Amino acid sequence: MSNRLVPGTAAPRLSVNKTYKLYIGGAFPRSESGRVYEITDSKGAFLANAAHASRKDVRDAVVAARKGFAGWSSATAYNRGQVLYRVAEMLEGRREQFIAEVMAQEGVQLKRATTLVEQTIDRWVWYAGWTDKIATVLGASNPVAGPYFSFTVPEPSGVVGILAPQDSSLLGLVSVLAPVIATGNTAVLVTSRARPLSAMTLAEVLATSDLPAGVVNILTGSPVELSPWLASHADVNGLDLTGAPEILQPELERSAANTVKRVLRAPASEPDWTRRPDLRRLRAFIEHKTVWHPVGV
Amino acid sequence: MPNFEYAPAPESRELAKLQPSYQMFVDGRFVDGGGAPIKTMNPATEEVLAEVATASSDDVDHAVRAARRAYERVWGRMPGAERGKYLFRIARLIQERSRELAVLESLDNGKPIKESRDTDIPTAAAHFFHHAGWADKLDYAGYGPDPRPVGVAAQVIPWNFPLLMLAWKIAPALACGNTVVLKPAETTPLTALVFADICRQAELPPGVVNILPGAGDIGATLTAHPDIDKVAFTGSTEVGKEITRTLAGTGKKLTLELGGKAANIVFDDAPLDQAVEGIVNGIFFNQGHVCCAGSRLLVQESVAEELLAKLHTRVAALRVGDPLDKNTDVGAINSREQLNKIVELSNSGDAEGAQRWTSPCPLPDRGLFFAPTVFSDVQQSMRIAKEEIFGPVLSVLTFRTPDEAIAKANNTPYGLSAGVWTEKGSRILWAAQRLRAGVVWANTFNRFDPTAPFGGYRESGFGREGGRAGLEAYLDV
Repeated sequence: MSNRLVPGTAAPRLSVNKTYKLYIGGAFPRSESGRVYEITDSKGAFLANAAHASRKDVRDAVVAARKGFAGWSSATAYNRGQVLYRVAEMLEGRREQFIAEVMAQEGVQLKRATTLVEQTIDRWVWYAGWTDKIATVLGASNPVAGPYFSFTVPEPSGVVGILAPQDSSLLGLVSVLAPVIATGNTAVLVTSRARPLSAMTLAEVLATSDLPAGVVNILTGSPVELSPWLASHADVNGLDLTGAPEILQPELERSAANTVKRVLRAPASEPDWTRRPDLRRLRAFIEHKTVWHPVGV
Repeated sequence: MPNFEYAPAPESRELAKLQPSYQMFVDGRFVDGGGAPIKTMNPATEEVLAEVATASSDDVDHAVRAARRAYERVWGRMPGAERGKYLFRIARLIQERSRELAVLESLDNGKPIKESRDTDIPTAAAHFFHHAGWADKLDYAGYGPDPRPVGVAAQVIPWNFPLLMLAWKIAPALACGNTVVLKPAETTPLTALVFADICRQAELPPGVVNILPGAGDIGATLTAHPDIDKVAFTGSTEVGKEITRTLAGTGKKLTLELGGKAANIVFDDAPLDQAVEGIVNGIFFNQGHVCCAGSRLLVQESVAEELLAKLHTRVAALRVGDPLDKNTDVGAINSREQLNKIVELSNSGDAEGAQRWTSPCPLPDRGLFFAPTVFSDVQQSMRIAKEEIFGPVLSVLTFRTPDEAIAKANNTPYGLSAGVWTEKGSRILWAAQRLRAGVVWANTFNRFDPTAPFGGYRESGFGREGGRAGLEAYLDV
């Protein structure tokens, strides 16, 4: 983004700045509203303009996520694990870029940024390994008192709207996104308003990995403006309020009640994402299905 | 075929040990309520059974405080093994008083004695037995070591399975170390108050279980009380949404078991006679007052005519009448209000062009009854295909391909249960995977067990009851 001298010449080279767009259905459209907003680094210097998504973009993203759900939820757990691990490989390849972005957005030093990016990649790998274990751990064969075979399996809830953490631009982002898709849901994620660049770089990673289009959809913009549309959308099954504006959270919950959405409420303050995760986020957007059949000859 | 007449075989009403009046149960004592007493009635005769105290908002406050005290001083800190023994005691006492409870339930609710005797009460006892064993094994439940209870649970239950729903709510709550304030349904409070007496017999510490009869306003006061930690509600989707809105922003834990409009799918290779039994059980069990009732029958077109003929013959043989008669298959509709709702929705079926068939069975001269009814030529857009009727009314739709069956089955905002009938194992599993419902019964229907998680997808609610999954609702995890 900065200009620097090209060796051997006196003229400074102008860098090629990126225009950031949205990530919907595997493509990178501009916001249909045509709006953008300014992203600055931790010291206030201009970094880029990000797309300022609209209500229509939310709706398009939900449509894409619903379309993606059929294939993703019925893919084998082994296949989902492979696809997610492939994403981790791609993340590793973009290590330097993520470190630079985390430093710029979060204002941390190289060492800290490096640790955060490494933890991000490891976290993704951790969740990639869960796809084919979650049913073993949370499912059950039910010893019912009668001549029936009864078993319980976890299944994804459907389309999950995620309000990503506002502070942790990459580790927090991955910590909320990976468990949602690892369990077979598809996601519409609204990024941190002030720190969306790692999310859009992650989108580029997802787009070039094996993740099917529509499984993850990423919107930059104002969570204040976008979150009510996600909460009230009838085709959204779950809502993660982790990064939702605090003042809006009760209203978003009330709105989500109209379609009995599964809501993961926000903690009192942004969690320490470097702590080891547990199953809570994997459990948040699954349903338990119990199947019965008579036993006899 | 000869027409066999049945002699009446009534169960003795004396077994219910009916009292003229019942008090609320707060902090280990039976007390008068601050609300206006209600008269609970026998829906089979519309006669008053007893007068029941109801709670005022002050009573709600007292009960919540008693539950908080009991939680902090006794129950929350008691070793799991000791808690478990109390639950085992309760389970045994329910078994010992099962005849009394069954007759009382049938009197107050209108359900046939064979159902209260053979299903409701034994399953209620089984829930206490199952959860008693969890109390000292929670470390093994998969939620990490030493999971903590949530605290004080507010529980609101419906009138269709009064004691069974109480057991589903109270047994896991107590096993996990919580204390409870439970509001039974306005029209069916009696067995909950006998259960309170069972808590007394079990010497359960005061305040661990509190029972507050009352109407919807008391349920609303209870679920909105600032000093509760968790709400568990079973009932209508509409009220469930209202409770969610009330709890928004409070951070309190919530689980909901709401309505349903279950599809019961019959493929052309299904064992039709067995399927007919399952269909009848699916919709006419408990007068159709079942949230997971198989109220939408989806039949493959090629067998629809044959199945419908068998179904009519079978349904015509159902005996509707005195709930206390051991030969009764279909009892009374629980309340006048509910009967009116069933009539209204059935009339909409006529108005929208469905074909109504009503069982020619004789109905009692008085009391609240509705003859088993089957609508054919039902379209997905009709109210009788979309709205929960909560009565003995079946809507029949047809399909041609398996994909169409699944699409139609899932074409509802609800997702509590579903049925599949086919002799082909691979098709059962294929359908079970695709049905968006919390419970799928294949070649059977309406099976319940404390070890098998039960609960909905989508607008049928969230959270599970039963099994290891059901413990999550009552643990701070």
